[in-house]
Amino acid sequence: MNDSVVRVRGFRKVYGDFVAVDDISFDVQQGEVFGLLGPNGAGKTSTLESLEGLRASDGGSLQVMGIDPSRQSRKLRDVIGVQLQTSGLPDSIRVDEAMRFFCAYHGVAPRYDLLDRLGLAEKRSAQYHQLSTGLQRRLALALAVAHNPPMLFLDEPTAGLDVPSRVELHNLMRELQGAGTTIILATHDMAEAEEMSDRVAILLRGKIAVTGTPLELTATGAGLTKVSVRTEGSSLSDPGVTFPAVSQHVFKDEYAIYFSTDTGPTVSAIIAHVDAREDTLIDLRVERPSLEDRFLEITTAGGAK
Amino acid sequence: MTAFLNHFSFEFRTGLRNKTLLLMNYLLPLGFYAMMGLIMTEINPLFLETMIPAMVVFAILVATLLGLPDPLVTAREAGILRSYKINGVPAASILVIPALTTALHVLLVTAIITSTAPVFFDAPLPTDWLGFALTVLATAFACAGLGVLIGVISPSSRTTVLWSQLIFLPSMLLGGMMMPYSLLPAKARKIAQLLPATQAMNAFRGLGQGLAADFSPQGSLAILATSGVLAFALAIYLFNWDRRNSTQRGHPLLALLALLPYAVGVLLLS
Repeated sequence: MNDSVVRVRGFRKVYGDFVAVDDISFDVQQGEVFGLLGPNGAGKTSTLESLEGLRASDGGSLQVMGIDPSRQSRKLRDVIGVQLQTSGLPDSIRVDEAMRFFCAYHGVAPRYDLLDRLGLAEKRSAQYHQLSTGLQRRLALALAVAHNPPMLFLDEPTAGLDVPSRVELHNLMRELQGAGTTIILATHDMAEAEEMSDRVAILLRGKIAVTGTPLELTATGAGLTKVSVRTEGSSLSDPGVTFPAVSQHVFKDEYAIYFSTDTGPTVSAIIAHVDAREDTLIDLRVERPSLEDRFLEITTAGGAK
Repeated sequence: MTAFLNHFSFEFRTGLRNKTLLLMNYLLPLGFYAMMGLIMTEINPLFLETMIPAMVVFAILVATLLGLPDPLVTAREAGILRSYKINGVPAASILVIPALTTALHVLLVTAIITSTAPVFFDAPLPTDWLGFALTVLATAFACAGLGVLIGVISPSSRTTVLWSQLIFLPSMLLGGMMMPYSLLPAKARKIAQLLPATQAMNAFRGLGQGLAADFSPQGSLAILATSGVLAFALAIYLFNWDRRNSTQRGHPLLALLALLPYAVGVLLLS
């Protein structure tokens, strides 16, 4: 994962007087899943669609697999697959027809196996308007990956999908990543971003507020780690007991819950304390702040880092 | 080539599957033909001599001016054209293939009308089949060009209807299908000559039906062909994948240039 396949330098996108994206720069490495996060209107779709060649840049430079999206759109088509947030197909096109249609324009054989895999096997003869929203999104994904593009753009890929479909989509993403496909994922689903992304960038009012791995992002926040402990005896119920780095604690459902700013010393001290009181540990859970917590922290604070 | 054939095949089937297009391509032209055959031939026996060309021109106008533009506007509004763009579907294919499939539907309707009108209504067959075929093709080409151009410049479905009716309604009244051009007042004749239907009916009379043309039928054919070329060229030039995100290459009023050959015809043909 050393080669940069997407290079964004000083990218700017303006609509009239409104600056949608303001001088952002980032790289995406070969084989990486890169999450692009941000509240509505943060500039995610403008950035994605400019990288896909659907919108012209108003400043800076963009490169996808060494291609300038605004100038070499024909060349770009063969190396990228795109699942747009709002894209349609003709109402009357059948599922298998759509696969033939787009594969023919990419010069590859139709990938009916993808239809089967994404749960569209029984809908191959159905027309697009007869599909549910979830099935329409699955079809859009199948069409996006049918020509085996080395670079994939997914804009809200799991919106409207049921749980099995989400799992199947995530499995497919992992498989594609394993085969070397680079994926840029724009999503509002923080759990998905945290689970699937190698790195994420959080956009806020057209600027990158923060970027890094999900672990780095959650670790750098002010969020407190939750340490939940349950013991056989009552060694933790004494109100006078304190542990290092714990800012507050509560008791709930037979669990002592500590909010720690430094997990290691807190957990070590708890275990030592339970051991010293000859009590028995039944359960101990450490829950670090989620990406969603960090996202809310950043977007609520509103500042860039 | 595979992509073109796939696209063509899909568009052709859409013309049958889509209820609105089925209505425009077949039901309305053939229903109107049956109605005119039953009623108009009783009211006006002279109608018979141009019945086949008139019904063919009607079929072409409905399929192209009323049927072609709206799917294009709807596709742009629904983001379908964006899907096409990211998958490498060329703009020219988006404009030309529906026009070709519509022309094929029109040819099928023409065959139905031409083969049944003599049997059911005693309508005379064309006397010059080559002239008839050339006129059908030129008319379909010119009207398909206008239909596609309307689809390209219309910002919404509502505007599409307005633009289409601006040509369709006068064509019905003045185009020589219901009432011969020669019976129109002099001023109305000049207006009528600005319409593709008038040029088509004139070419059919002179080149296909062996009747006296009102002005040069070869000139009418040339006007239709030139207008078709201009309309398609302007449509490709003014085409937008997505009206919200693209900058317009030219003002939509440039589309009026497609009517220039008709205006020249008013001056040169009499």
